[in-house]
Amino acid sequence: MTSVAIVGAGPAGMAAAALLAEHGLRPVLVDEAERPGGQVWRQPGAPVTPDKKRLLGRAGAADFTRVHAAFAAVAGRVDHRPRHLAWTVQDGEVFLAEGARITTLRPAALLLATGATDRLLPVPGWTLPGVFSLGGAQVLLKDQGAAIGRRVVFAGASPLLYLAALQYHTMGVEVAAVLDTTRFAAKLRALPGLARSGTRILARGLSYMARLRAAGVPILHGVTGLVVEGETRAEAIRFTNHGGAERRIACDAVALGFGLRPETQLSDLAGATLRFDPTFRQWLPATDADGRCGPGLYAAGDGCAIGGAEAAELSGRLAGWAMLADLGRTVPAEELRALRLRLTRLRAFQRDLTRAFAWPGHWLRTTPEETLLCRCEAVTLGALRAALAKPLGPREINRAKALTRCGMGRCQARFCGSAMAEAMSQALDRPLDEVGRLRGQAPVKPIPLDAALAQEAAAP
Amino acid sequence: MAGALLHRLLDRQAPRVPIRIDGATAEAFEGESLLVAMLSHGAQLRRHEVDGAPRAGFCLMGACQDCWVWLPDGSRLRACTTRVAAGMELLTAAPEPARRD
Repeated sequence: MTSVAIVGAGPAGMAAAALLAEHGLRPVLVDEAERPGGQVWRQPGAPVTPDKKRLLGRAGAADFTRVHAAFAAVAGRVDHRPRHLAWTVQDGEVFLAEGARITTLRPAALLLATGATDRLLPVPGWTLPGVFSLGGAQVLLKDQGAAIGRRVVFAGASPLLYLAALQYHTMGVEVAAVLDTTRFAAKLRALPGLARSGTRILARGLSYMARLRAAGVPILHGVTGLVVEGETRAEAIRFTNHGGAERRIACDAVALGFGLRPETQLSDLAGATLRFDPTFRQWLPATDADGRCGPGLYAAGDGCAIGGAEAAELSGRLAGWAMLADLGRTVPAEELRALRLRLTRLRAFQRDLTRAFAWPGHWLRTTPEETLLCRCEAVTLGALRAALAKPLGPREINRAKALTRCGMGRCQARFCGSAMAEAMSQALDRPLDEVGRLRGQAPVKPIPLDAALAQEAAAP
Repeated sequence: MAGALLHRLLDRQAPRVPIRIDGATAEAFEGESLLVAMLSHGAQLRRHEVDGAPRAGFCLMGACQDCWVWLPDGSRLRACTTRVAAGMELLTAAPEPARRD
C-alpha cells in the first residue's frame, strides 16, 4: 500500500488522516502528545474529567465532540504514533524519536500539520515564575485541570486573551484584568471587514468580551509599557493605560501572548519555500490553494497559515484531497471548490484579526536594554544591539544568532525569533524581510544525546 | 500550600503517591504532569544555567523546553509532558556527572 504520513494530530492532521483512511490508505499519524486533538481540542493528560461545556462553552464542546468522534470512527485504520517527535525531514525521509528510540519513515506523500505556538514580545519580568504563554494557560486548564494562578492577568495583543480569560473565569479563577495592547479604535475599524469574512466567529468573540464585562472583569485597551514585577515570582503587573497614567495591578500570574506563530521548522527542513508575509510579519510556507508546497510535500493548519481551528480542519481535509489527487485518485471537484472558498474566507478573517490585534513590535524601541530577549541563552536586548552596533557587525539574523547565541537555545527561537527580527530591523534600519529568517535546524526540538549518537552510528 | 505557583481546579481520579523533590518527600497525583506536581509544592522548577534566576516553565505545551528537571541518573525530563509515577525522585538541577574510572 502507498505510504502516506502526517505530522501533527491537531484538527488539520486528524481531518487529513480521516479522509485518507476513508479512501483505503493507512496514514501514519505522528504526534508528540499521548492523545489526538492538538492544542485546541486537547484531551486531558492528567486523570481529570473536565465538564466540556463549562470549559469550552456550548459551541466549543460541540466542536470538540464532533472532531473527536469523526477521528474515533476511523482510528482503527490510522497508524497513530503518539509520543513521537518528528525532529527532521531530510531527502524525503522523516526522522522520529520516541524517547531515545529513533525510527524513520519514507512516505510517498508527507503532510506537515505542525500547528503554532504563541508569538511573544519580551517585556521586563517575562521570565519570572508565574508568567506563562497565553496558549499555555489554556492548555494547563484542558490538559491538567489546573490554573496558572489564583489571581491572573491576561495581557498582550490577541483575540485569544478574551477566550482564555473567560475560560479561567468560568472555571472559578479570579481574572484581575485583561490588558489588551491594541487600541479599541483599531478593533472598531476592523469590524466591517471581520463581519464580512466571519460573522459567526466575530459574534462569538464579542460575546466573550461582553461576558467578561458583565462579570466585572476590568478590560483595558491600548495599554503600553508592560512590566511584570516580582523578586522570585510574579507579584504584579505595571503598565501605562490608554490615557497615559501609570497603573499597577497585583496578581500572582500573567498569561502573555501577542498572536500566534506557525511552526515552520519542519517545512523549512523538508524543502518548502518560505515567503515573507507582510500582514503577519512572519515567514510562511508557500503553498497552492490546497496545501501543496513541494514534491510529495503538503502543509495545512496553523503551521501553514494562521487561521484558527475551523480553517485548520478544512485545510487538512483539502490537503488530504490533494494527496489523493496526486496519487491518481479521483477527487470531488465540487467539494474542493467549496472547501477552498470557505478556507479563503476564514484566512481572510484571520488577516483582518491580525490587523485589529496588531503585534506591537515597535515597543522594542523602548524596551529596557537589560530585558532578556532570548530566554534559553539569557541574551539581553542590549547584548543583541551591542553586537549589531559593532563595526562590521551582523546584518543578517542567522549571523547575529551565531555571534550572540540569541535564538540558539533549546526552544530554537520559538519564543524570541519574532522579537529578535524586529529588534534587528529597527537597529539596522532595514525592512523586516531583509533581515532574513532563522533557518530551521535539526533536531527541531532537543532529542536525547544517546538517540543522536545511535543515529550517527547507524548512518552509512 | 502558600508557596504553590499553580493550583489544581479539578479532582484527580487517581491515587495520591509519594515523590521526592530534591530529596524532600512530597505528595502528587499519579498521572498528572511533573510540572503541576512540583509547582503545587513550590514556585520554581529550576534555576537558569546562565543567570541563576528561578524558572517555572513557560509554554506548557512542550515547545520552550524551559521546564526541564532531572532524575538522579542524570536523565532529563520535560516536566510539562511527563507523568508522575509513584516514588519518582526529581531533581531541580542536573546531577554532577558520575565518574567512570
